[in-house]
Amino acid sequence: MAVNSDRQNGTLIARADGRIDGANAREFQVALESAIDPTDSNVILDLENLSYISSAGLRVILMTAKTLQRQQAKFAICSLSPSIKEVFQISGFDRIIPIHSTLDDALSALK
Amino acid sequence: MSDKPYKILVVDDEVDLEPLVLQRMRRKIRSGTYDFVFAHNGLEALEVLSRDKEIDMVLSDINMPQMDGLALLEQIPKVDPNLRAVIISAYGDMKNIRTAMNRGAFDFVTKPLDFKDLQVTIERTLQHLAEWKEALQSRDKLVALQNELDVASQMQRSILPTRFPSGNNYEVYGDMEAARNVGGDFFDVLNLQDDKVGLAVADVSDKGVPAALFMMSSRTLLKGSAIGYMDDVAGLMTELNNLLVEDNEASMFVTLFYGVFNPHTGHFIYSNGGHNTPVIYHADGSTTLLPLTNGIALAVVPDMDFEMNSVTLAPGDTLVLYTDGVTEAMNENKEEFETSRLLKVFEGSPPGSAQQANEAVFQAVRDFVGDTPQSDDITCLSLHYEGPSS
Repeated sequence: MAVNSDRQNGTLIARADGRIDGANAREFQVALESAIDPTDSNVILDLENLSYISSAGLRVILMTAKTLQRQQAKFAICSLSPSIKEVFQISGFDRIIPIHSTLDDALSALK
Repeated sequence: MSDKPYKILVVDDEVDLEPLVLQRMRRKIRSGTYDFVFAHNGLEALEVLSRDKEIDMVLSDINMPQMDGLALLEQIPKVDPNLRAVIISAYGDMKNIRTAMNRGAFDFVTKPLDFKDLQVTIERTLQHLAEWKEALQSRDKLVALQNELDVASQMQRSILPTRFPSGNNYEVYGDMEAARNVGGDFFDVLNLQDDKVGLAVADVSDKGVPAALFMMSSRTLLKGSAIGYMDDVAGLMTELNNLLVEDNEASMFVTLFYGVFNPHTGHFIYSNGGHNTPVIYHADGSTTLLPLTNGIALAVVPDMDFEMNSVTLAPGDTLVLYTDGVTEAMNENKEEFETSRLLKVFEGSPPGSAQQANEAVFQAVRDFVGDTPQSDDITCLSLHYEGPSS
């Protein structure tokens, strides 16, 4: 489970692809944690190439959201496939984590 | 590897070996790599070994009074199976060397001692020992992990109800098929006042003992609060959420669907905390997915508002609660079972009982996944309703 990331105008964009389930959630957590800098104030998680996420994966995203909240950073996720979006809707996580259709939308929302 | 020097017991009845070893190995001793202790026969060696548990290897001569090196070799594993022994034998004494190797000696050196060769032999032995101890440690870790997962799955099993309430116009049936080493599903059926029945199905976001403990507290809090809240299932969810979110450092969460069924009216009032939405299979073959109630998984954020909704079951309706282990069960082509397949399980022949409904869903999932290993718990809780009691 690799997380690729780069920074655009001070916003960290992290990308996860493939599947996140109980078997690799820990790996995903470590990769995401090491991608995020304690000084980051804007973070976007781009899930365009994610095909599946289990509750263990949701938990990692939740922990990330909490960590970023503590360091007073803005956090959003974007580009969810319909099935991933459904997971966020059913779990109610869309109530606490901003979700945007595209990376551009997320970038302009975090400005 | 440890920072302490390796401790080597040298056993030989020739007293001049001791100063020779100390002299030739002085650099290794001074640098804190090796530490030597000495004994002069097998019996004395055993005494030293039983007294000093820090000894890593034994370097022993064969011919000695009282107990010789070959007899000592037989005794060493009884003192500590992780000790390694190297034998000093006369050059070309193949018979004794064979016997020593057969009795578990790790290696041998020959007399007169070549200290360069002895040093290589000691290093090789100690390296083997270090690798062996590391392998033992990982095995112990693996065993501990397996034990923990076994404990967790026993806890999970122990909280599931095994008897289900029923009346003359309804019955309930539930089951869970646990995935190996993963999953955090549970369900519960509560007997409430006025013959009402509380139905709960839930999924904890993690595995292992901490998750199992979280599961137990979720279930205990639900059981404890359900009677007080009765039909105010949204209030119950708000309360449970606030109780569970406290001291939740690990950011675990639980998705919970909870509803109260009134067998006298067919009325079902529910609130959904981030869980998959249940299905009603109607007597005419059609299906209904219960609308979501704008909920969120419990223990995520404090002071969340929960909403509730209600539905009146019609005669012949079967309500099926389940976890994502059903809809996300995967076949060999990595396709998921999905809600669409769940809705079609009873096409044309709606279930006549709760148990039949439950078993048919499990069978449909099994048929779909084939030999693909199960990756999550599969849980199903069904209620079949025959109509208002007369």
